[in-house]
Amino acid sequence: MINNLSILLPEIFLSLSIFTILMLGVFIKKSFNIVFNLTSLILILTIAIILNNPNNEEKIFLDSFIRDSFSNYFKFLILISSLFILNVSKNFIIENNLNKFEYPIIILLSILGMFFMVSANDLILFYLGLELQSLSLYILASIDRDNLRSSESGIKYFVLSALSSGLLLYGCSLLYGFTGSTNFDLIANQLSESNIGAVFAMVFILVGLAFKVSAVPFHMWTPDVYEGAPTSITNYFAVVPKVAGLALLIKFMLIPFSNILLEWQTILIFISISSMILGAVAAIVQKNIKRLLAYSSIGHIGYALAGVATGEISGYESAIIYISIYVIMNIGAFSCLYLLKKDGVYKESITDLSGISKKSPLLALSFLIILFSMAGIPPLGGFFAKFYIFIAVLEKEMYFLAIIGLLTTVISAFYYLKIIKTIYFDDSIITLEKVKNKTAQVSIFLSCSILLTFFLYPSILNNVVNSLFSS
Amino acid sequence: MNFPILSTLIFLPLLSSFFIFLSKDRNNNSSSIYISLFSSIATFLLSLFLWYSLDSNTADFQFVEEKSWINNFIKFKLGVDGISILFIVLTAFITPICIISCINSIKDRVKEFLIAILVLETFMIGVFCSLDLVIFYLFFEGGLIPMFLIIGVWGGSRRVYSAFKFFLFTLLGSVLMLVAIIVIYWLTGTTDITQIYEITIPKEHQNLLWLAFLSSFAVKMPMWPVHTWLPDAHVEAPTAGSVILAAILLKMAGYGFLRFSIPMFPYASEFFTPLIYSLSIIAIIYTSLVALMQDDMKKLIAYSSVAHMGYVTLGIFTFTKQGIEGSIYQMISHGLISAALFLCVGVVYDRLHSRLISTYGGLVNYLPKYAFLFLIFALAALGLPGTTGFLGEFLILTGTFQKSYLAAMLATLGVVLGAAYMLWLTKRVIFGVTQNSKIETLTDVNKLEILMLGVLAFFVIFFGFYPMPLFETFSFSVNSLIDNYQLALNTR
Repeated sequence: MINNLSILLPEIFLSLSIFTILMLGVFIKKSFNIVFNLTSLILILTIAIILNNPNNEEKIFLDSFIRDSFSNYFKFLILISSLFILNVSKNFIIENNLNKFEYPIIILLSILGMFFMVSANDLILFYLGLELQSLSLYILASIDRDNLRSSESGIKYFVLSALSSGLLLYGCSLLYGFTGSTNFDLIANQLSESNIGAVFAMVFILVGLAFKVSAVPFHMWTPDVYEGAPTSITNYFAVVPKVAGLALLIKFMLIPFSNILLEWQTILIFISISSMILGAVAAIVQKNIKRLLAYSSIGHIGYALAGVATGEISGYESAIIYISIYVIMNIGAFSCLYLLKKDGVYKESITDLSGISKKSPLLALSFLIILFSMAGIPPLGGFFAKFYIFIAVLEKEMYFLAIIGLLTTVISAFYYLKIIKTIYFDDSIITLEKVKNKTAQVSIFLSCSILLTFFLYPSILNNVVNSLFSS
Repeated sequence: MNFPILSTLIFLPLLSSFFIFLSKDRNNNSSSIYISLFSSIATFLLSLFLWYSLDSNTADFQFVEEKSWINNFIKFKLGVDGISILFIVLTAFITPICIISCINSIKDRVKEFLIAILVLETFMIGVFCSLDLVIFYLFFEGGLIPMFLIIGVWGGSRRVYSAFKFFLFTLLGSVLMLVAIIVIYWLTGTTDITQIYEITIPKEHQNLLWLAFLSSFAVKMPMWPVHTWLPDAHVEAPTAGSVILAAILLKMAGYGFLRFSIPMFPYASEFFTPLIYSLSIIAIIYTSLVALMQDDMKKLIAYSSVAHMGYVTLGIFTFTKQGIEGSIYQMISHGLISAALFLCVGVVYDRLHSRLISTYGGLVNYLPKYAFLFLIFALAALGLPGTTGFLGEFLILTGTFQKSYLAAMLATLGVVLGAAYMLWLTKRVIFGVTQNSKIETLTDVNKLEILMLGVLAFFVIFFGFYPMPLFETFSFSVNSLIDNYQLALNTR
């Protein structure tokens, strides 16, 4: 078995580095900078390890841990987005006195948790990973502990998330009770449509997962936490845990619940439709950008779930493509927020964007590209994300889901247009400071150019994602 | 031919807009204007070359370019035939005129405006070149972004309302078309139009798919009752925006009917012909009456556009050679005439900043050259023989008489109404007594304006007397369109 430990190399490396920099942080005074830079280095090294990871399927620890191209892809996505989010928000962290050395370390811990989540092939490992991730996220939400709103959002997230974890755990235990195993493969063999108890367990697990990806009707925490938490944390919340949550949803459909897909699909279709509708309608009246992005992310998750709900490989592929493009768009959008500063305060209200197209045309143009892309207007990247979803959904002849999806696209276009209207059509009321944040500018540039040029070679993502399921 | 002439045509404006984006001139924007003029004229010359070298004795697609695009199942396929080439030339011809017009009328953010126009040109040419449904949708929808900005940023007082209405109406129509495109893909296994032409789409699916396409084209056309966005958009858009909207964007839908609805869904096209007839007749008569009542010049011309587009849909769905050829001709002619009329309104709007008819009157006394040009276009719009306006309507009515007397007679009524509102407009704006003392201080059209309007007037009269070049170009394509349609109906 010791030979097989190389399968676990990224996780081992990550854990050891976390302990090392934790020690560094404790013993060196004013260690934020050094820990932060080391964290970036660790992330880059882990990316290198993941890229060098062979893609063949290997299981270890009594088949409870699996490494395959699927988990590698998601780990890569998690790492690269964390790397960007962390570096983009460095100025923000320092200026808002969040520069405690624990900050990057807790982020790394949550990444470790997500690694185990996406690699889990066993209910226990899956739950442990999920809890490691959740506990880290609770702390992150309230990291600005002197700020009432941040503490409130942390508590809120903790209470609700603990409840959902409890439900999830209850579901896991039920599943164990009805199938006699915690291993995904064995569960899959045991399950059948007639197993009512297992269907019950499935509902509980689905509730837990839907909470983590903030799908309706388990989305209540999202707007408040997004608004209350510091922007750098919101950015992290909006991207990384969603990637991991979606990976798990797909994984549950692929392996343990592959025999009772029909029940699972019915619920997913409902969740998907209600997320799309709520994400589109509730965002219209928002005045805070972070709150608006919260609702928009609920809507986006709805689209991704529509792909998952098809229960077909092509649907899962489209969901993975969707979430990948979603990551690019969201990193771009949040990076723009780090450039909206006046009198040393980062602005979050939509009215603060009024007329910025005159004073800072490049920032306005980036907003324009990202928002139109989020609305799914061709030829930008966001259109292709939706296009693949609809191809998969219509292949299964789920016309109702497709029509709802398209109608909500139009409704959500309305609020994206409203922001664009504020940026381009309104007169400017405030003058923004010139913010020096090179990394944010680089990440905006990267995300915009990917979204703009995606149409030239749209199959690049397809080829990668197709290979995840080919084995 | 190996040189990718169509891709060059499509991406040349985009490329030059990128150069404008990079160019730095703070005070007078002259370099942006020169770059955009140069590139748009180059595009026009290239499109003329394309027209010249197109073999009009065949209905096949020519200059076809094909590249694998999405996972080999959707191809990036471009090509032109006798029908689409004319629209490409029209687009490439109107764009430089728009750019010239904005020298006078756009005062702030000129650079951004030119970028928007050039990006829009890329999308418009792309629409007419694409031979793949997904590519078509991509260009069709992509045009919304620059047009939204043109209306919203440089528009009039109610620009926000108009821009939103334009965007959301069109988007709502188009998303249904996207569903239909994907359903077609799953039915036939391809989105390549030339391959879909060979496959008969099952009859039970045709009606719904046809309606989905209609929802998009009806909004874009615009057909009654979803035409309400057009007057708002026209009124608020800046002159160049109105010109592009009327001259080219509206033609996309008519082109869409010819390229997609009829060849792909012949049964459904036949089945829904009465619906199209009714909507067209209502559009012709109702919007003509509405146009009579307008006191805003741009609104009047916008409603007259809806009426003219009613003729186009009527002509297309006669499935006769006269009707379809007349429709294509009418679209080209309307592209020239409505562009010219909006430019005419723009000329006086730049001077007095009013679009209301009551502001003007007696312009002929102070602006004789302007009055002369305006009269040419007004007469062309009401279909005076010798201008392009006449021949299109005449052919469409000839075609309609073969199919339905009632429809043709009702449509002929529209010709009378058209004459009524255009002549009344001319009377109130150009002739009559000068009420407004400001008019006496106005200067007549300057050289640039004469250039723009003169070129348009020349083509309106030239093609009115000598339409052969146009008909020779599309005659084979139209024949094969009708033949294939009849063949599909007979083999049921």
